[in-house]
Amino acid sequence: MPGGQHRNSQWGRPISQVLEVRDLKTIFHTQDGAVHAVNGVSFHVEEGELLAVVGESGSGKSVTMMSLLQLLPMPPAEVTAGTAMFQDRDLVRLSPNEIRDVRGARIGFIFQDPMTSLNPVFTVGFQIMEPLRKHMGLSKAQARKRAAELLELVGIPSASDRLDDYPHQFSGGMRQRVMIAMALSCDPKVLIADEPTTALDVTVQAQILELVRELRQKLGMAIIWVTHDLGVAAGIADRIMVMYGGQIVEQAPIAELFDRPRHPYTQALLESLPGRHKIDERLRSISGQPPLLMAHPSSCPFAPRCRHKFDKCTTANPPLVRVGGVHDVACWLESATAEAAQ
Amino acid sequence: MNADPALQKGSLKPEKLVDIEDLTVHFPVFRGLLRRQVGAVKAVDGLTFDIRRGETLGLVGESGCGKSTTGRALLRLYELTAGRILFDDKDIAKLDAGELRAVRPSMQMIFQDPQASLNPRLTVGAIIAEPLIEHGVLKGKARRDRVRELLDAVGLNPDYINRYPHEFSGGQRQRIGIARALALDPSFIVCDEPIAALDVSIQAQVVNLLQDLQKKLGLTYLFISHDLSMVRHIADRVAVMYLGKIVELGSVDQLFNKPKHPYTKALLSAVPMPDPKVEATRQRILLTGEIPNAVNPPKGCRFCTRCPEVIDKCRTVEPEWRELDGGRKVACHVAE
Repeated sequence: MPGGQHRNSQWGRPISQVLEVRDLKTIFHTQDGAVHAVNGVSFHVEEGELLAVVGESGSGKSVTMMSLLQLLPMPPAEVTAGTAMFQDRDLVRLSPNEIRDVRGARIGFIFQDPMTSLNPVFTVGFQIMEPLRKHMGLSKAQARKRAAELLELVGIPSASDRLDDYPHQFSGGMRQRVMIAMALSCDPKVLIADEPTTALDVTVQAQILELVRELRQKLGMAIIWVTHDLGVAAGIADRIMVMYGGQIVEQAPIAELFDRPRHPYTQALLESLPGRHKIDERLRSISGQPPLLMAHPSSCPFAPRCRHKFDKCTTANPPLVRVGGVHDVACWLESATAEAAQ
Repeated sequence: MNADPALQKGSLKPEKLVDIEDLTVHFPVFRGLLRRQVGAVKAVDGLTFDIRRGETLGLVGESGCGKSTTGRALLRLYELTAGRILFDDKDIAKLDAGELRAVRPSMQMIFQDPQASLNPRLTVGAIIAEPLIEHGVLKGKARRDRVRELLDAVGLNPDYINRYPHEFSGGQRQRIGIARALALDPSFIVCDEPIAALDVSIQAQVVNLLQDLQKKLGLTYLFISHDLSMVRHIADRVAVMYLGKIVELGSVDQLFNKPKHPYTKALLSAVPMPDPKVEATRQRILLTGEIPNAVNPPKGCRFCTRCPEVIDKCRTVEPEWRELDGGRKVACHVAE
């Protein structure tokens, strides 16, 4: 992805990138050898933008996000290459103390399962106040006041009374609201949400998505939203990035990607969804299985399942190249058509 | 002259394969030193519906609404608190264990998590042969041939017969679970969230397989799922559950295009659509709060605490299960 200045297509004025990741590589050392979980991922997030990262399990979307904040256990994990520039600092090179100042303060994080990410033996109030006191240096009374405001912001009724409740006294949706309140507590520039609504029921998910839409209007931070649900991405994202086999295979503004998907994986994924084509038709499934990532990929990771596969796909890994004004694809098919046109 | 299409075709079998009346499953809650019963979780509370021969009935609802309990109760995997289940015109609700055993081969189940429902110490061949051994059908080579035939039918290589479950991927494991369910030639299969644990690209493979098998073998499915778009694709009719009750039941077209119950409307409007244009313009009905506790459900209509169209009557009088238009049934005072 080209660096430097970007133009926001909507307003036509230059806007700045808050986070820029380049060529990130993360491997896991296992008994059977190295697993190349993230393989040369480059992307950026702009101010106030919501970037959706979609992909199936094992595509590397969560590992990418956790690598940025050094949340992976090392070993077995190792970030072997790449940079992640945030406020003129490279996140993956920060010392444990330095990254602690960034995590939970300037970059907020929401995890999938609100029950396992809240500590069951401390009150919700205590847990929201902790980052406020640690990162923002607020007094106990100030932190408590701010915590109550935050709970109110995320739509928890009688917020100040509920500060003394424990996580088990909240329902699943309310717990996820608490997690969002915690992630927002120190006014982050970037919020990373990893499958935040996957564990929730669909009507509760709708409430959380609505809350996120409101909060974006009010607070204007950049959000990276990791999800496997293309419907969720379609509903809230500005831009979408599709991952497969530890790589970004396609990236485009949301309407562009759904209207003109260019990577065969994205196309097949959209076609496999019920409701995108006529009822009664058979679903178009993608044959085969996702790759195991045990070897360093020297070919396109999607090649074994791709219906457009040709010789080059099995001998070299295609780079992510710009194909339209704002559309990036990693596929030899695109390069082939580009060459043919010349 | 009988207008029943099933009878016209010359078959004497009833059109309804499963006919359920007042199906109720309560789980007792025990508290205190003497473990006295202090109440009951009303997981399934008086369901009346039927499943037609050869159809797929979708059963949708959010977690805790009782859809899985309903599926298991239909197969008598739970003790019923009350109710009647006519399976092929035979009441199986009152059968004792021995009589039930004779009926079991014709009603089978596919589970959500193929990881947990396959014994990791048995080979695939042994897993699929288990029902055949248990019911004493087929022996020796004939049994082995049947297992190979089943593997082939679900799209797995019959030569994998001696492999163990961990050697297969999630989608393939679900195929093994399907082969096992088919072993005894059932007529009715309860599919309990069969694709929920699978990745999107694999879900389509399994759904296509289920549809192919249905066509080939004339199976009847109860397809339990929280994925409304997939239910819309696979089902003929759909039942919507809320807190132990079916609130609406109708054809896919009736339910998805003209929902009548306020809960069905809200549920449908909450499903994210994989189309940014639709998402940007659609009207959402946002429910407040979450599903109440099934130990002490609200009086009157169970949905009255969250219903956007609630009237006074809803809080006191339980709505009756009535027919609305073209076979659609609904339990609501306001719907018309």
